Amino acid sequence: MEDRILLAHGSGGRLAHELVERTFVVALDNPMLSRLDDSAVAEFNGRLAFTTDSYVVSPISFPGGDIGRLAVCGTVNDLAMSGAKPLYLSLAFIIEEGLPLNDLKQVVDSVALTAREAGVSIVTGDTKVVHRGSADRLFINTAGIGIIGEGVDISGSNARPGDKVLLSGTIGDHGMAVLSVREGLSFSTTLESDCAPLNAMVADMLNACSDIRCLRDPTRGGLATTLNELAGQSGVSIRIDEGSIPVREEVRAACEMLGLDPLYIANEGKLVAIVPSGHADRVLQAIRDNPCGRGASVIGEVGAENPGRVVMNTGIGSSRIVDMLTGDPLPRIC
Amino acid sequence: MCLAVPVLIKSIDGREAEAEIGGVSRRVSLWLTPEARVGDYVLVHTGYAINVLDQEEAEETLRLLEEIAALNGDEG
Amino acid sequence: MKFIDEFRRSDLAQALISRINQRSRTSVRFMEFCGGHTVTIFRYGIRQLMPPTIEMVSGPGCPVCVTPNADLDKAIAMAGVPGVIIATFGDMFKVPGSRSSLQQANADGADVRMVYSALDAIQMARDNPDRSVVFLGIGFETTAPTVAASILQAQEQRVTNYRVLSMHKLCPPAIRAILDSGEVRLQGLVCPGHVSAVTGSRAWEFVARDYDIPCGVSGFEPLDILQCIAMLVDQVESGRSEVEIAYSRGVKAEGNAEALKLMDRVFEPAPADWRGVGGIAGSGLKIRDEYGEFDAERAFPIEVGAPIEHAGCICGEILRGVSTPLDCALFGTACTPQCPVGPCMVSSEGTCAAYYGYGGAVGG
Repeated sequence: MEDRILLAHGSGGRLAHELVERTFVVALDNPMLSRLDDSAVAEFNGRLAFTTDSYVVSPISFPGGDIGRLAVCGTVNDLAMSGAKPLYLSLAFIIEEGLPLNDLKQVVDSVALTAREAGVSIVTGDTKVVHRGSADRLFINTAGIGIIGEGVDISGSNARPGDKVLLSGTIGDHGMAVLSVREGLSFSTTLESDCAPLNAMVADMLNACSDIRCLRDPTRGGLATTLNELAGQSGVSIRIDEGSIPVREEVRAACEMLGLDPLYIANEGKLVAIVPSGHADRVLQAIRDNPCGRGASVIGEVGAENPGRVVMNTGIGSSRIVDMLTGDPLPRIC
Repeated sequence: MCLAVPVLIKSIDGREAEAEIGGVSRRVSLWLTPEARVGDYVLVHTGYAINVLDQEEAEETLRLLEEIAALNGDEG
Repeated sequence: MKFIDEFRRSDLAQALISRINQRSRTSVRFMEFCGGHTVTIFRYGIRQLMPPTIEMVSGPGCPVCVTPNADLDKAIAMAGVPGVIIATFGDMFKVPGSRSSLQQANADGADVRMVYSALDAIQMARDNPDRSVVFLGIGFETTAPTVAASILQAQEQRVTNYRVLSMHKLCPPAIRAILDSGEVRLQGLVCPGHVSAVTGSRAWEFVARDYDIPCGVSGFEPLDILQCIAMLVDQVESGRSEVEIAYSRGVKAEGNAEALKLMDRVFEPAPADWRGVGGIAGSGLKIRDEYGEFDAERAFPIEVGAPIEHAGCICGEILRGVSTPLDCALFGTACTPQCPVGPCMVSSEGTCAAYYGYGGAVGG
């Protein structure tokens, strides 16, 4: 095989078939995919959760992960946030002509590893190759299907005054890890992306409490944006405590240097849960019992006044509004 | 204006230094602070150290503020 | 993080807040000149904690905000010159000029890249020997010496395709212009922290001496601002007007001589336009003839059309401390961070952005 991806790899001909069989099918190894029919076919019993996402992270490889791992985790987590058990993923690549084959193989291996870790299968896929310059090395699109258990009703609009707001761990790790290897902003750090599948954690949480109101993973836009979304959808206010939000020292330091606020930095292995106050302790324990949730804490609660607003207690006796992210968190100098 | 962050100088190489804050490292230029030494804390603005921090003054300020806190405690 | 965490201690903050509330008797208006101070004040909800006797007003110390449309238009036009790469701090990227922005120019095909440091721009010039890298020199006395150093470094390393478009400004003339206008009466000035690290606190002595206004140089942590306000209150209540330092770990009376020397070697004072204030003599920095080969104005002389000011935008009055964003008809409706009309809303240190992001009416 060639050592770089060529336009022919996306054209459906011999090279394309070789790529699918020797690279994708071998790594992703499951009976549904191996049939290589135009569609994957499965039977379902119950409510389906269905999600789609595209991944365009640059660079495609960063401390703690790569675009492949990100694609699986992102999709699995979207399903988990609806309380679904993730089952099947589709995987479509848009590859820039000239991408070294080894780079692609590394991404596919990541996908395979992460899929095994999450207990999901990649059952169908697609490959396109575009001219040099038409894609930034590699874009990935996914779709995912999961099953929602009976009685599970999790939605961003379910939060009620008096509920507690839980956060599963430190914020800002993913975004700052990616920034640390981006051209022009590089600083050296041992920070790694927190990219991880959270479906096992969510299953444990649902066992601990059947009445979880909301689940959301604070990805782009960070914790601040997610909390604003939930407050808006539910028509409630959320008050959080600055001191209770866990942030790694390295993330704080990197944010200080670049003039960024950890509240707005993307996370790929964390979740926010809104639960009835009586169940908060049990759910918190379920999160902490999971390796991805060691740093979990209660960060605030839901209120009725000023619906849609998120307010933070600063720790010097004052409070301030936490708005959604507007635009990109550009590093500032001023 | 202006974002400047206190970092610790770990090593110096000519007019450049390797500096660290909270476990994060970056190269900084010492063009504006040629007097900086390893072990000093400097304020870094856009990749340049603009001043050497006075650690004694920092401690003095905190002591002063703690005194105020103590006095308040007495009055309050 | 050392020198940061200790200066956010809530017990010491409470102590200072108590002291300010106990001692402040006279009604006063204090201005924080610097955009960075505005951010700290809003981020920590400091206004809420002040007694009703203290009114805080924000000043024009946001270099992005005071860059007039004409200058931004010139930078955007320069982005259109074939072979030019514009290297800029992130702050400038989205600021709307008369017709466009750097971000828009980039989307339209110009090459505009964000950098953290002038050193990154020099590296960019080395990596792209057949292009010209124009670094946008924005900032006050904190940044100007670093850009001066970058020019000297480029000269030393013979990086001949590195240029600077100097839009640097000096603070003292602007403060003098605002005080001379008599538009806003102040009883205290919170002086910029990192500008003072370079210029020294003595740069503000003229304010205390000529205008009888108490001055305090503050750092950027909440304890610094609170200590500064406490100092100003003490000065007011005891009838003094001096320059005190509430950031003694970072600022000395004499400043950083080396930085001032380098700044003076490469730049000379020149007239400059400040948005909202107009032309102020000797308030800008121009690259000296001796370093002309690094001057982007020389390399790319550009004529731009007359600048267009956006109707209804009162950034100018806000920068002078005469109005607040809440007085602006466009605030929060036609002008938001997503679609800003003026720079005060798009700059991360702009007064309007602070009011909007931190809930000025409620939380600030």
